[in-house]
Amino acid sequence: MRFWDTLLALLIGLALWQVLVIVTDAPHFILPSPWRVAQAAYKSRVIIAENAWVTAIEVVVGLLIGTVLGVTTAIQLAMSKTAERLMLPILVFTQAVPVFALAPLLTLWFGYGMGSKIVMTVLIIYFPVTSAFHDGLTRIDSGYRDLSISMGTDKWKFMRHIQIPQALPSLGTGLRLAAVYAPIGAVIGEWVGASKGLGYLMLLANGRAKIDLMFASLIVLACLTVILHIAVGMLANKLTRYAQGTPKP
Amino acid sequence: MNISPGIILKGQHRIGNRVLFNTDMHIPGAQWTCLLGRSGVGKSTILRLILGLDTGGVFSGSFAATDGVPFAGRISYMAQSDLLLPWLSVLDNVFIGARLRGEAPNVDRARDLLHRVGLSDYADQKPATLSGGMRQRAALARTLFEDRPIVFLDEPFSALDAGTRADMQELATDVLHDRTVLLITHDPAEAARLAHQIIVMSAQETQNWPVPETAALRDINAAETLACQAQLLAYLRRSAA
Repeated sequence: MRFWDTLLALLIGLALWQVLVIVTDAPHFILPSPWRVAQAAYKSRVIIAENAWVTAIEVVVGLLIGTVLGVTTAIQLAMSKTAERLMLPILVFTQAVPVFALAPLLTLWFGYGMGSKIVMTVLIIYFPVTSAFHDGLTRIDSGYRDLSISMGTDKWKFMRHIQIPQALPSLGTGLRLAAVYAPIGAVIGEWVGASKGLGYLMLLANGRAKIDLMFASLIVLACLTVILHIAVGMLANKLTRYAQGTPKP
Repeated sequence: MNISPGIILKGQHRIGNRVLFNTDMHIPGAQWTCLLGRSGVGKSTILRLILGLDTGGVFSGSFAATDGVPFAGRISYMAQSDLLLPWLSVLDNVFIGARLRGEAPNVDRARDLLHRVGLSDYADQKPATLSGGMRQRAALARTLFEDRPIVFLDEPFSALDAGTRADMQELATDVLHDRTVLLITHDPAEAARLAHQIIVMSAQETQNWPVPETAALRDINAAETLACQAQLLAYLRRSAA
């Protein structure tokens, strides 16, 4: 059912695009038709695949590192009231700096290679992951705390056996957001300065008026993001089902 | 296990400038004491105080076990909410206390306890698949696993339907017969049925209420039980007015 809905929506989208091309009679270097884009995608499939692979690695590695850092920070903040008091305002303040504005600086520091894009991705997802997981860790039924204290636990074991498992759905929420942001981080990093990646390919195509190739890259990027979104969504659902002790529907 | 000690509590609890309660309470060892009183009078605060949990106020006075040994590690606690961890199996929930203390759990004993509360067939299931009464039985098994001489029960049966509640009362009386039990309840019928001692609590004082002379667990239909229940109810209604 869902598959057919998606396919139908896709077809409607393509039809609207084609209608727009016909109605506006725009030249192909301004708005190429879907067919032209498909041809460009096929013709440049190797170069698109190579660059998509680079972007995918940046996104996935950035997502992994950002998640590990975010999870660690959230646990630290939830364990220590002092850390929470000192760190939370700093974290919120750093969010006031648009991460995109840091992109040139990151390229300067970490070079034109993958490093600067991964750092960019890490920076952009670190806060949503930390914030969502920290929220889950601290928003705990006080009954669990009372019961655990009466059983003679300490805060590490309480964290491990109760706080972390019950906060997994919140981590899932943070990861869903991260999956949306991560490709943005990588592509912006590539725009600012790169020699590989879909963002680089889009700029290159744009500069050479190969708008059809640019569209093809854009669509591949969108597909990558959707795949990532679905994969992370499945993981997030799994985390929620685990924490709620409910079987797969 | 040693003989379960009694508890002596004497003093005043304040929240800000307001006196929550003044009390002079003696809870006998190895018996069931039921604590009644209107909502907000501080019944749960007494449990929290003795358990060493945050009470949101200041207690001036003293409380101690009659054998002089500190309370730490000698009280287990069961609340109205079963507090089962949804991601663990019923069996894992029973020995969660061992995990939380970093000890190796005695799985066989946990299985025995599940058998005792009639949940052997559900050991490997998740709590979400259990009914409310079964969940409270699992929570009771978890309380028993702690094997403490003193047991605090904070309205553990109040959310159950009448039939399940009566079953749970009988099961709890059976498995906790040698412990010092302090049961907080809003239900005069429950107190009249289960208590060796009934304490009625108000902001000014705590008074011992006469219990029927028959032995607990009492027959619900017995004249003494019904009379005790009716008098308790009448008193609670008057004091709430």
